[in-house]
Amino acid sequence: MPFNAYLICFSGILQRELLRFCQQRTRLLSALIRPLLWLVVFAAGFRAALGVAIMEPYGTYITYQTYITPGLCAMIILFNGMQSSLSMVYDREMGSMKVLLMSPIPRWFLLMSKLTATAILSLIQVVIFLLLAKFVEVDIEPLGYLSAIPAIFFIALFLGALGLMLSNLIKQLENFAGVMNFVIFPLFFLSSALYPLWKMQEASLWLYWLCQYNPFTFCVELLRFALYQQVNFDALLWLTPTATLVIIIALLSFSPLKGAKLKRGN
Amino acid sequence: MINVQDLSFLYGQKKALDRLSFELTAGFNVLLGPNGAGKSTLISLLTSLYRPSSGQILINGHPLNSGLAGATANAMKVFGVVFQQSTLDLDLSVKQNLVYHGALHGISAKKTLANATQMLEKLELSDRLNDKVRALNGGHRRRVEIVRALIHQPKILLLDEASVGLDPASRSLLISHIRAIALSDKVCVLWATHLFDEINDDDQVLILNQGQLQISGQVAALCHQHQVSNLSQLFNQLAASGVNDAF
Repeated sequence: MPFNAYLICFSGILQRELLRFCQQRTRLLSALIRPLLWLVVFAAGFRAALGVAIMEPYGTYITYQTYITPGLCAMIILFNGMQSSLSMVYDREMGSMKVLLMSPIPRWFLLMSKLTATAILSLIQVVIFLLLAKFVEVDIEPLGYLSAIPAIFFIALFLGALGLMLSNLIKQLENFAGVMNFVIFPLFFLSSALYPLWKMQEASLWLYWLCQYNPFTFCVELLRFALYQQVNFDALLWLTPTATLVIIIALLSFSPLKGAKLKRGN
Repeated sequence: MINVQDLSFLYGQKKALDRLSFELTAGFNVLLGPNGAGKSTLISLLTSLYRPSSGQILINGHPLNSGLAGATANAMKVFGVVFQQSTLDLDLSVKQNLVYHGALHGISAKKTLANATQMLEKLELSDRLNDKVRALNGGHRRRVEIVRALIHQPKILLLDEASVGLDPASRSLLISHIRAIALSDKVCVLWATHLFDEINDDDQVLILNQGQLQISGQVAALCHQHQVSNLSQLFNQLAASGVNDAF
């Protein structure tokens, strides 16, 4: 097929995702309210108890709100990625996945387009959140927003692919919703999103190691540095092969009719 | 256009299709069978949604699922499909659904709507373009699916019980429209149904029952050959005797 056809296809998939997102206003609201609650209520409550010592990339003492902001951005991306995969499980159950599969465009391109569209939606949500975070004195330099864009995009592709991989394992919609929570909360809490890892190390060594090698920690740290126009090379070195592997597995293991075939066989 | 050779398919241990062999050319072809005969399974195999357990499917002389780069993609370019289960996005409008489908075939929005205009008029949907699909009744949704299947001007059109849920007037309109397309555009139509009244005497019919091809040929000729007055009698006769008589 000509190159133009691929562009049109990607544009169509992106347009559909944006349209559906705009129509589901509660989705945007919940995507923003969740991290804002953490930022405004939780962080305010713990502000006095949890001061953060000077650490990279911050050059000075920072408030707890400033510290958890990258973690909350990563939380938005994680939820959005899982939600996108949930919608794929729904499409598969309802039969509308077949429309996608009848396309002459290669399947891997269709899935990558879907992941990219999800990443763009994540980017939009994170930018809105960061602008709202200014009201609770989380100040990021304008260039920081720009330098964070590639990091947000990369993390969104990775977490979206993770969601897709999970959706390939789960046959039914009800099961996937449960698994989402089983995956999201451990990933989030066992990371540096809410507290620096050296604090975790003081409390428990085995928890520290779990957090240290949690891929979500690398996502948070990559974003934390990117917001301050720096690159966390450790995080990037860990994330690049991990994300590549997850994306490849997600694309290869995609089984569009998993649930449908099982129903007919029964 | 479609050549099926010794095609079999199993759901686990259960044989859904058993050594089917037939050939379809341009025109209105009917796949007749009761519920559970294997009609939807056959359509899923023809569209590469499932892989056959054994046998081969050739589309315009080229094997489907050959593993060759682009083999399935080339087949998908010529197929238009209306599935038994609705596949429309309920949260989008008719226009948005059509444009999305066109995009998946690499067709721009402008060209998609240009291709769809005439069909929308014929199926009396022109004034529903901006309505959400959720607001349409079952019959209108089915018409939208048919317009959508024809946007990329396929040469092979597969319809799996496309008239289900339509009132008699809508069914008649739909079938006559599809027959006209088969004739004028030389499209190979495979109309899967379990309703005898949708079939004309000059149609080519494949009768499927319990996963086996019972008989195939022109309706009038088959009735004459088996000395019955209509297709319903022929089907009952075949079901009772368990005769298999392929092309």
